[in-house]
Amino acid sequence: MKVQYYPGCSLHGTAKEYDQSVKAVSRALGIELKEVEDWSCCGATSAHATNFRLSVALPARNLAAAEKSDVKEVMVPCAACFNRFKSAQHHLGHDAALKADVEKILGRKVEGTVSVRNPIDIICKDIGLDALEGKVTRKLTGLKPVSYYGCLLLRPPEVCQFDDYENPVLLDKILRTMGADVRPWSYKTDCCGGSLTISRTDIVIKMVDKLVAMAREAGANCVVTACPVCMANLDMRASENVRLPVFYFTELVALAMGLQGPATWFKLHNVDPTPLVSGLGLL
Amino acid sequence: MSKVLVKSFGCWPLTEDSETNGEDMKTFLDEVNERINGVPIQRCYHCRKCTAGCPLASVMEYNPNKIIKMIQLGMKDKVLGSSTIWLCASCETCITRCPNEVDIARMMDALREMAIVSGVGAREKNVLHFHEAFLANIRSNGRINETMMTVNYKLKSGDLFSDAAMGLSMFMKGKLALISPKTKDIQSVRGIFDKTKNA
Repeated sequence: MKVQYYPGCSLHGTAKEYDQSVKAVSRALGIELKEVEDWSCCGATSAHATNFRLSVALPARNLAAAEKSDVKEVMVPCAACFNRFKSAQHHLGHDAALKADVEKILGRKVEGTVSVRNPIDIICKDIGLDALEGKVTRKLTGLKPVSYYGCLLLRPPEVCQFDDYENPVLLDKILRTMGADVRPWSYKTDCCGGSLTISRTDIVIKMVDKLVAMAREAGANCVVTACPVCMANLDMRASENVRLPVFYFTELVALAMGLQGPATWFKLHNVDPTPLVSGLGLL
Repeated sequence: MSKVLVKSFGCWPLTEDSETNGEDMKTFLDEVNERINGVPIQRCYHCRKCTAGCPLASVMEYNPNKIIKMIQLGMKDKVLGSSTIWLCASCETCITRCPNEVDIARMMDALREMAIVSGVGAREKNVLHFHEAFLANIRSNGRINETMMTVNYKLKSGDLFSDAAMGLSMFMKGKLALISPKTKDIQSVRGIFDKTKNA
């Protein structure tokens, strides 16, 4: 299977273990990745929070670049980038005047012919959980994760069109397929505080502490996510008395498939997951 | 005057700050609805599902649904000067649950943009400093260099030492690069910024 790849800024920086684990897992699952040509930042929160036209034009530049390829699908691991691309496509598809405006700004057309996908979706729908199970060499026995989807993969529902927006299950299914004891909990889609993490750290600490405390109450020994900002917040902002190890889901997929990389990636985390993982005999 | 009455859905237009000496004057409500370009916000009937689900409501100056009512009442200065619009984390829970499909998250975006454009600035100064540092970094490199963006934010906000230990630890792990790849066609990115600049 061949898809284009839009890593986004954080996967080249503070979320590099997400980038590396996505690439390792893709290789092992037979997904060939080709990076979108000369991509630029999607604008994330800061663009849409301050300037609407900018927030559509920035992702549109990348959509236009992706449309030049004959590969029609783009894998976008970062939840924020995923949401901005979907949002741009949604606005351009519903507002002809805006589309004309953006095309004039870019100096090129944006046809809307590219399909924006996130890796959870690709693994579940295109690869299939049965095929994934076939590649598991080390069941994640003893790992009790809660799946933390966060906000931007799912909302607004008509924009993201990905999984149930109040009780999503696709990430839970992937983890269960790999033998983890996925704990049910009510905070799958509750906000972590997002980009307020630097400007209002005090608020984010409260929000994250609540999430991790609820994860513990659900009987979890770790949290699994698919968003660089959620990861940063859960991993770095949780107070010492509640904190739990946090994983990008692809790190665990790589671990379960016996791939090279997890030991190195875990060293990049703030809360070291090595004691948990080694203690369960998984590393 | 009748046009204004109809637009306010039968409410007498009690305006605190806006000039309503003619039917051609755009109200604050009109301005906001124009920017949202979707379901008009006066469709809200204050069921409060948005406020109930808002993860930041407890720290906001005014609840999300109260902001809607304040806009209808023309309370432009209070709304644009509130901390509410800057503490919204854009989690989109509000629009997802609103029974009338009012795009409250998009309303918050519009209000932020209006606060900037009208020169009011941000009640939560550091939140805007973050966005400014972020966007300046994209304009400069095409892609975010998180290290330089954070340095810029710290200089703008004056918050020099928070997270210093964390930052050092990340730097030692190789997660904070000083130099990172840029977009080659940087002129196309800068062109986007120039052409979408708010006057």
